[in-house]
Amino acid sequence: MIGSFVGAVLRISVPYSLAAVGGVWSERSGVIQIALEGILLGAAFCATLGAHATGSALGGVACGVGCGALLALLYALCVVVGRGDQIVCGIAINLLVDGATRFFLKLKFGSSSNSPRVVSWEQLPHPAFFFIAVAVFLPIVSAFILSWTRFGLRVRAVGERPDAAASLGVRPTRVRLVAVVLSGAVAGLGGVWLAVDQHQFVAGMSNGRGYIALAAMILGKWRPLSAALAALTFGAAEAIEVTLQASGGGAPVWLVQMFPYVLTLIVLAGFGGRSIAPAALGKSEQ
Amino acid sequence: MAVAVALKGAGLFNVGGEGQITFGAFCAAWVGAHLPAAVPHALALAAALGAAFFGGAFVGAIAGVLRALRGSHEVITTIMLNFIVRAAMLGIGLRLFLRESIHTAPIVDAARLHRLADMSAVFKGSAVNESLLVALLVACGLAVFLRYTVAGFRLRAVGQAPLAAESSGISVKWQMVFALVLSGGLAGLGGSNFVLGYKYYYEDGFSGGVGFLGIAAAVLGRNHPLGVVAAAFLLGLLSQGALAINAEVPKELVDVLIAVLLIATTVATPEVRRLLSSLPSRVRQNRAA
Repeated sequence: MIGSFVGAVLRISVPYSLAAVGGVWSERSGVIQIALEGILLGAAFCATLGAHATGSALGGVACGVGCGALLALLYALCVVVGRGDQIVCGIAINLLVDGATRFFLKLKFGSSSNSPRVVSWEQLPHPAFFFIAVAVFLPIVSAFILSWTRFGLRVRAVGERPDAAASLGVRPTRVRLVAVVLSGAVAGLGGVWLAVDQHQFVAGMSNGRGYIALAAMILGKWRPLSAALAALTFGAAEAIEVTLQASGGGAPVWLVQMFPYVLTLIVLAGFGGRSIAPAALGKSEQ
Repeated sequence: MAVAVALKGAGLFNVGGEGQITFGAFCAAWVGAHLPAAVPHALALAAALGAAFFGGAFVGAIAGVLRALRGSHEVITTIMLNFIVRAAMLGIGLRLFLRESIHTAPIVDAARLHRLADMSAVFKGSAVNESLLVALLVACGLAVFLRYTVAGFRLRAVGQAPLAAESSGISVKWQMVFALVLSGGLAGLGGSNFVLGYKYYYEDGFSGGVGFLGIAAAVLGRNHPLGVVAAAFLLGLLSQGALAINAEVPKELVDVLIAVLLIATTVATPEVRRLLSSLPSRVRQNRAA
């Protein structure tokens, strides 16, 4: 009972953790990442499509991650190079992916709600184990790169003081492009897991997870490890919700469902430790 | 056809339209269903519309107060509030929805808005109703309010130059709360369209992303109330057109089209403005030559 519950918590937390860490990469470089929702959804769709077309699970994973990175690149081109409004462009990307995935779903699989079951995912020996390991491993690696390497320092520098970074010969535009694309690839892996876990693509299957990941990132104060822990908390809340729903208790389900968001609001309100966003977050002028 | 009125006032970004619409619509439905049947039409309508406004304004106010007192970023708080409202409606729905259904009891006749199809043959077969008139009226009122009143001026001042506004004695914090309350209230009014003019009850999940299209309308309309109406009309046209051609082209493509429009607008605006502002000097140069 407890073992299966822990398993459920871990499985549910995978996309949150990966997307939150993806968000950290983008936001530490100064680019707001509301497009996470669209990246998760797009990656899940491309992974399904890739696995279906190539007949190989690895092909599917590659397509999903590639799609996440490509969407992030598109987003970065809009806001970093084109200097469009980050929130508007982010929401536009989410809208774009929601429409495009439904469109291609109908075109490719002739259904407006879901793809057929993709058998090639069964090639992966222990998919849950593999993805959980990645979801634990990537935050650690990200924390290390951000804190201890030259590239990590540059990402943080352009996120805090792009002018100072530029005066030292770092190009904020280029660093941000790389950071955002990296963010998309990491979050894309989370989207791939959604598709693998359900063995198919379902229209709108990201279902707000990108926004929850954004919340986890804020709760984790823009640090990869804390963000992953916050994602785990949200995963636990959702697992409790699912258990309650299954047991038919009824009433408190909506309270549990509300929990992650209320918790985020409380943290945003500055109770329980101040969380300070990167100084140049959301400012596209350099 | 949905006409969403969204507002980005005082330099704040309200992404909470979805939650505000939902809660506003629910409040309108609740009040509408609980009015005694003998209440005159005008009064019942005012009560239901007022309830919709206050419902949306309440949700907006939470974000506004958090922003003003604790400095919480309104984009994130409004997104969180969207989900909180969604979860709360699940809880409220358990108690208040009709048994075995996902909607509330229907509202009384007096609080209903008439369909325009009943009045003029032009709108025959369309679900458009008097809430279109309400929306147009509100937009015009808002344009006047922002342009010609002291309160509107304060709001714009805070949006364009918060420091200057603060030093001339305007409380930036309370203007922010006010902006989000107003914005939420208007979104709530937008939600009343569904309840008072279309289905006559609140139904779970009715908004279906209208709140986000409201943001699109605000961006395309360049944040001017009348521009927003034009943009909302365009989006409504696109959505309705999508249904019309659905047999040949899947309607989802319209979402993609709107997204492309949005990105193009926000990316191109500074560029266009630069071109426009350089026009007079070029003309002058030409004349000198």
